[in-house]
Amino acid sequence: MVSTVNGKQKVMELVRFAQEIRLLALELCYTKKTSHIGGAFSVADILAVLYGGVMNISPVLVNDPNRDRLFYSKGHACTSLYAALGKLNFFSVEALLNNFVKDGEYFTSHINHQLPGIELSTGSLGHALGVAAGSALAGKRKKLSYTVYVILSDGELDEGSNWEAIMFAAQNKLDNLVLIIDYNKIQSFGRVEDVMVLEPLADKFRAFNWHVEEVDGHCIKNLKSVLALIKQADITKPKCLIAHTIKGKGVSFMEDSLAWHYKSPNAEEYQEAKKELEAK
Amino acid sequence: MRNTFINTLCDLAKANPDIFLLCGDLGYSVLEPFSKLFPERFLNVGVAEQNMTGVAVGLAREGYNVFTYSIGNFPTLRCMEQIRYDVCYHKANVKIIAVGAGYAYGPQGVSHHTTEDLAMLRVIPNMTICAPADPYEAKLAARFMTSFDGPGYVRINKSGETAIHDLDSAIKFFPGEFIQVAYGEDIAVITIGAVLGTVLDEVKSKKYNWSIFSSPFIGGYSKKKLISLAQQYKYIVTVEEHQLNGGFGSSIIEVFSDLYNSKVIKKMPFVKRIGINNQFISVAGSQEYLREVGGLDIKVLFSKLNAR
Repeated sequence: MVSTVNGKQKVMELVRFAQEIRLLALELCYTKKTSHIGGAFSVADILAVLYGGVMNISPVLVNDPNRDRLFYSKGHACTSLYAALGKLNFFSVEALLNNFVKDGEYFTSHINHQLPGIELSTGSLGHALGVAAGSALAGKRKKLSYTVYVILSDGELDEGSNWEAIMFAAQNKLDNLVLIIDYNKIQSFGRVEDVMVLEPLADKFRAFNWHVEEVDGHCIKNLKSVLALIKQADITKPKCLIAHTIKGKGVSFMEDSLAWHYKSPNAEEYQEAKKELEAK
Repeated sequence: MRNTFINTLCDLAKANPDIFLLCGDLGYSVLEPFSKLFPERFLNVGVAEQNMTGVAVGLAREGYNVFTYSIGNFPTLRCMEQIRYDVCYHKANVKIIAVGAGYAYGPQGVSHHTTEDLAMLRVIPNMTICAPADPYEAKLAARFMTSFDGPGYVRINKSGETAIHDLDSAIKFFPGEFIQVAYGEDIAVITIGAVLGTVLDEVKSKKYNWSIFSSPFIGGYSKKKLISLAQQYKYIVTVEEHQLNGGFGSSIIEVFSDLYNSKVIKKMPFVKRIGINNQFISVAGSQEYLREVGGLDIKVLFSKLNAR
């Protein structure tokens, strides 16, 4: 979907791609009455940038040993990832719309590795970073050129297993590992600062010997440049990009709201959300 | 037994460049030969078993044949969900090696009593479980697990076990096979793991006219073999150093029950399970002492069976 064009035009294409992801995610949550649209919208711009040129991945590369890998730990926010993969023809959008959460189909509402383009099934939080660290370690030991990307939600940083992996990645200097935190500030049953405060988050990662960048997770231009920079940077540390995001980003009445961790839109809300997204 | 397993793994790793060994900061005086020979395929991940299991899956999906090593409950129960979801659902080529089966670390307390692992791991789909009885079985277990592609668990006792099997004998070593080590008529005793030595000594010293089988794997039994045992012997006795709930004996009864319900056999055979009576033991003790306290009072139980 993305061709090599000048920078500004490329950014516009990625903005459009992110909105397409949101529109398709909305369609899925509405038609199949599923949850987690808030987290799906907060991560949409990050996915658009990763799949829109940062990662060396495409449907023909899914088994290529040198492909970049994405370990998507927030498996509950499946609709955005499925939408991105569908738009890029890892499977057809038609198959996705027909078969999402349908009896007998692999499109479960927590991502499933039985589908092309999904590296690891997730849904239980705090699993993907350790597996990604193993994959990054293998890349270094085998001297392969791939980069391992991980997207974590903020709430799952409560899981101790993540901190085991965070220490491990630094100890083993996994500089081919890029962790992106979708920091939308709301977790499953409350605001992050009320449930289990993460701040000072950047300092925590620095203290754990990671290279840290912070970015507005909805600014395509900055996401794109920081991710490009991080990949090229000559830093022998694992890299963490804290993406400050807004849960439900893109639809005014869903933004920064705990309710949209769970709700699926009714007909009226669906129309309103669609109108807002299409206007952007 | 643990040294035999690791030394065999070392030998196999010379020919197989995919073998990778992870440890959770344990293995002093056991793992050094491997770590020295293959530093590029060894890593101590620290005291972090959830992460060790995740890292193992990551390495396995990139082509490595990964073994994780620690004591009893740590690489198993501590990270059950990583085993269930990351290893077994993804059919990752990861084998978990736990030392200290049953009460092998008896004096060290309940934290080190590995007495629920078989039940908890055997319920997970795609998992292949092996509990060798002596050093020779440990060697065969290392060979089997290296050539097998998929999730595996090896429950190793500790060290100093007497060799039971004749090293020259051609043993069929795979799931479903029982290895016969004594020949008799009245009772068939089937054991899993290192308790085999104790069972064999007791039957021989009392001259019971019983057959004894080692079952190095749990599950995947040959139904034909089980039916023939039920026909041939008056009683079947299972022995395991593990809680009775959901353990090895239970796995045998499940098969007989299914055979009975589907009318393949006309009556339920007599199966006596010997194991730990579903309890923790808070006191210190040698492996032999704790077995007896826990419910593996083999001398008394065998003598009662013989008198029936």
